Amino acid sequence: MAPEPRNTDLTPDTGSATDVAPLGRSAAKPAHERTADEDIDVADWERVAALAEFKALLAAKAKFIVPATIFFIVYYFALPALVGYAPRLMAVKVAGVINVAYLFALSQFVVAWIVAALYVRAAGRFDAMARRIVENFKARRR
Amino acid sequence: MSPALAMFLGFIAITLWITWWAARRNTGSSAYFAAGRSLAAWQNGVAVAGDYMSAASFLGIAGIIAFQGYDGFMYSVGWLVAYLTVLLIVAEPLRNAGKYTMADVLAYRLSPRPVRAMGALSTLTVSTFYMIAQMVGAGALVSLLLKDTGIGYETAVVGIGVLMIVYVVFGGMLATTWVQIVKAILLMAGTLLLSVLVLAHFGFDLGAFFDAIGQVTYTDAQGNTVTQDFMTPGLRYTPPYGALDLISLGMALIFGTAGLPHILVRFYTVPDAQTARRSVVWAMFIIGSFYILTTFLGFGAATIVGRDFIAANGGTNMSAPLLAQALAGDLFFAFISAIAFATILAVVAGLTISASTSFAHDFWTNVLHHGRERREGEEVRVARVTAFFVGAISIGIAIVLGPSANVAFLVALAFAVAASANLPVIVLSLFWKRFTTAGAVCGLATGLVSSLVLIVLSPSILRADAVFPLENPGIVSIPLGFLGAVVGTLLRREPAAERKFAELSVRANTGLGAERAATH
Repeated sequence: MAPEPRNTDLTPDTGSATDVAPLGRSAAKPAHERTADEDIDVADWERVAALAEFKALLAAKAKFIVPATIFFIVYYFALPALVGYAPRLMAVKVAGVINVAYLFALSQFVVAWIVAALYVRAAGRFDAMARRIVENFKARRR
Repeated sequence: MSPALAMFLGFIAITLWITWWAARRNTGSSAYFAAGRSLAAWQNGVAVAGDYMSAASFLGIAGIIAFQGYDGFMYSVGWLVAYLTVLLIVAEPLRNAGKYTMADVLAYRLSPRPVRAMGALSTLTVSTFYMIAQMVGAGALVSLLLKDTGIGYETAVVGIGVLMIVYVVFGGMLATTWVQIVKAILLMAGTLLLSVLVLAHFGFDLGAFFDAIGQVTYTDAQGNTVTQDFMTPGLRYTPPYGALDLISLGMALIFGTAGLPHILVRFYTVPDAQTARRSVVWAMFIIGSFYILTTFLGFGAATIVGRDFIAANGGTNMSAPLLAQALAGDLFFAFISAIAFATILAVVAGLTISASTSFAHDFWTNVLHHGRERREGEEVRVARVTAFFVGAISIGIAIVLGPSANVAFLVALAFAVAASANLPVIVLSLFWKRFTTAGAVCGLATGLVSSLVLIVLSPSILRADAVFPLENPGIVSIPLGFLGAVVGTLLRREPAAERKFAELSVRANTGLGAERAATH
């Protein structure tokens, strides 16, 4: 009886020792069990995270989001703080009965909308950077 | 039949039709829990607004402004600014890295069972407190609005509870979403119409309107007639703790909105993070416009109807409906009342679906059964049963508490728990590599317990004997929530969680591998 040739076993050996997806979410599923969305193995995440483009994306996001967040928090809490601790200043009339306090409160709405609009504009840039990372990454895998 | 009752029934008919339509399209988990992730930005944005603007906003803020002027308006500012936290920090990473619930993001790189169990507990706490507040308010309000028809408090509570159960059990997220969209459109239409009528009352002369605000006459507690400038701050928030309480409330709003489970689940209903972002912008436009218009609702009620008349005819919450009656008669009163009713229904339906999703997905499937459905469709079935029980329990508690229970503090509590327990762990798990399971459990527990304890010690419960002087615990409990999360993390390193940080970070920031929209 001739020995069986090797490599007739068609079971894919990627992902894990057995053919069945292991329990838990830490280990990779075998290739044939993955959906398109999951078709990325554990090691790839590390590689993407280490890309210079990805680090540039994180830096660009932080450069906008951190100052913007600090600004809107400070601007917002200035309202109750000033109304509470500088009531005379806030009661100064600007036109008719309209006082500084009312205008300051109204400005909060405008400022919130402006910050949101600026973020949406910046986020368009982040989207483009993220798209390039994903496309480059997929191209390299093929 | 009174016009108010006719309009209530009309709204119920529309929403039941929506539920029937949605029930026929609901197949599978992502359809039931996340409307197939196929909503457009405007749809989700309007639904977020409908989910968020509760009766407390529509009737409550109009009432506070009508009675205490400027301080009430300042109170309404935080409700919009809070969405910047949602937009800048939470919405997009959450959509990219999660599936159905807030705990999905935590479970991503931490040990799933403990963080999901705590996440579900915190979600159920926030949703239940918020819901009981809505139900008690709703029962009292509906019986007041429909007082000519003899519908009492209990009937109103049961009716609202049964409707919300029907929407969620049969229609899932899709029906809930469309009920919220219809409500948000009605609410904006009613608010705009009321504002225009207020301006028309003053001959479209803004100057005359503001002059009237400068001289509001009412009878004070001692029975004296007083004339007050309602534009002046300080009628509500008075020393020594007024400003501190307001800052504390502001903290709960700014950090709590981005931790409210029923708002967070809405971002799973859109195809991708870009649509999630655009839907926040839609929501901010609607919510901001609404709160600016409370100027006309609140000050309009103060100047046209007057504090004394409102106090004699149902109290602060009736300010907006009574303003409608004074400006355009009974039919318009009925219309505004029906909008208030729609507002309550849409919010409680949103709370019910987020609570039942968290129980079914986090606790049942992932904690009890290790992330496996034992039978096809089990998760959805469990969620439906949970929705029924959540509704039934809320009806029961609301009836036991009765219409005169002071429940305003329950809303403050819900926001405080969301801000002190949920937000710190969401932010730290997204941005701090070192963050661990112990940190998440510790942070959730500290935030939850400190908010509860401080509310019990506050003037809301202990009245004059209060140990903690503020009604809003946020200023203390939010730092405690963060502190708990950091201390828990520093106890011991968790290499497995640190290793998965790269994966979470890539997913959250690029959308690689994110859950897609269902294909039809």
